[in-house]
Amino acid sequence: MSNVLVFFDELGEALTPAQKELIAQAAALGEVRIAVAAYDGDPTPVLAVNGVQEVYLPEVSLPAPEVAIVDLLETSVAESGAVVVLGSSTADANDALARLAVRLDTGLISGAASISADLVVTKSELAGSYTTTSQLVSAATPAQPLVVTFKPNNIDPQRVDTLVTDGEQPEVNVLPVRPSVGGVEIEERTAMEVSARPALAEARVVVAGGRGTDGDFTPLEELADELGAGLGASRAATDAGWIEHAAQVGQTGVTVSPQLYISAGISGAVHQRAGMQTAGTIVAINKDEDAQVFEIADFGVVGDLHEVIPQMIEELRRRKG
Amino acid sequence: MVNAPLHIITLVKWVPDAQLERRYNAEGRIDRSEGVLSELDEYPLEAALQIKEAAPDREIRVSALTMGPAGASTAVKKALQIGADDAYQLTDDDLIGADIWATSVALKAAVETVTGAAEFDSGEPEYLVLTGMASEEGESGALPAQLAERLGAHVVTYATALDLESERLVVIRSGGTESQRVAVTMPAVVSVTDQVNDPRYPNFKAIMAAKKKPLTRFTLADIGLRREHVEPKVRVLTTAARPPRTAGEIITDEGDAGVKIVEFLAKERLL
Repeated sequence: MSNVLVFFDELGEALTPAQKELIAQAAALGEVRIAVAAYDGDPTPVLAVNGVQEVYLPEVSLPAPEVAIVDLLETSVAESGAVVVLGSSTADANDALARLAVRLDTGLISGAASISADLVVTKSELAGSYTTTSQLVSAATPAQPLVVTFKPNNIDPQRVDTLVTDGEQPEVNVLPVRPSVGGVEIEERTAMEVSARPALAEARVVVAGGRGTDGDFTPLEELADELGAGLGASRAATDAGWIEHAAQVGQTGVTVSPQLYISAGISGAVHQRAGMQTAGTIVAINKDEDAQVFEIADFGVVGDLHEVIPQMIEELRRRKG
Repeated sequence: MVNAPLHIITLVKWVPDAQLERRYNAEGRIDRSEGVLSELDEYPLEAALQIKEAAPDREIRVSALTMGPAGASTAVKKALQIGADDAYQLTDDDLIGADIWATSVALKAAVETVTGAAEFDSGEPEYLVLTGMASEEGESGALPAQLAERLGAHVVTYATALDLESERLVVIRSGGTESQRVAVTMPAVVSVTDQVNDPRYPNFKAIMAAKKKPLTRFTLADIGLRREHVEPKVRVLTTAARPPRTAGEIITDEGDAGVKIVEFLAKERLL
């Protein structure tokens, strides 16, 4: 069986849904080995998952954008003999894996959806309007592993749970990699407020609001919590300062691909649509019957979100009884 | 002490207009017959101009560099109108279908050609490459890191604020779960997000002045590369247009729309 190297730029007290999904993608290809850059204490209990054979760690934790992470990856590839390296397409992981591809003189495919047993990668392109497949030019006789970064939410969470099950603690291999000196220095780090809601890019359900909220996101927050959803917004709403910029869904913000996207008071211009049009089901609420969002909504309500959403919340609570 | 001159190279890309329909051609490549200057590349250009304007005592030059087909000259010309001092365009048929790997090979040689040819009055310059957070059509965001690796430069991505000090650049960026203040020394490659500034529009005077600014065009051979140096590592096998989304059921609220949405979600098994 071939070896697959998975890269986690940081590992917390539990695997995130996106990390579980990466392990599931990798386990379908072969024996899984995981390189972890930043961690606290002993990371191995968290990685006690069936199919995970070995864990590569640096001598000390390497928080991004530490450049020695690329050394860790390069050494891990040599140790594991991996035929493919998988990571997330979030900024820090993408940066490290992009540099690894240069060091190894190999191809990089970024923002993938899935990968087949013969290492053909499927991804969504041009803001979800195309699906492409691609592979290494040298796929028949690869000299170096293919490097692939993945977007989250491509495997059903129930399926991930059946694929990623508790197993024995993997073997630990501490590699002689230490932090670099000089060049890029982190002078200050401030933890961002951790919301109890799921991360926008990974959420299975997203509730998003725009200009039509008139600046009051309270009903959307309540609805999001009722549905266990992530909270998003249009650029108009983030530019107005009604909600933090990290919540922006669209071409220049977060791209989401949830099972359900509820759009409230958003007109649905091209920039917004680019960030959400691969959602499974789209529900739209807007006062303007000509709003573009209705062209792509599976269920649309022409109405005032300030009346419709409280009624939705009431009905959801009634059903939960 | 006199600060060393600084050469800022801003990478700009000519991309298909995201407001219009974008498509792949029969060769499995994005149709690049028409385009605009990528909106995301106006931010690094504005950042470069603000750095220059904030340091009037330091010799700072802002160059715009693009790689693309002949039409890409409209992107660098717009960059000149917005305020770049000079512009460079790399065009070569052997770059058609370049992947990230090949693009970073070509841009590394182009950046070295641009920095190597530039002459400064006040000493040996340092250089800084500024880019957008990603290209508007490829969206990989991987180019800054690959370019930095090849140049042997430091890299900081997704900057939301920049401040040039005498011997370093201080950058605010957001890592996955934290905000970071990072100091980087030159040479460096820094990508900026659309939060970093509000790009200016060129006025009439700037548009007229741009006509006198130098635009240098070069081919792969001019920057010391041959076709075999830029053979892509990744091949696109198939491209398929997604069927466009169609409108579903649209109702007008008659006082029960909230309940009807929940009924729809239940029917679709989304609760």
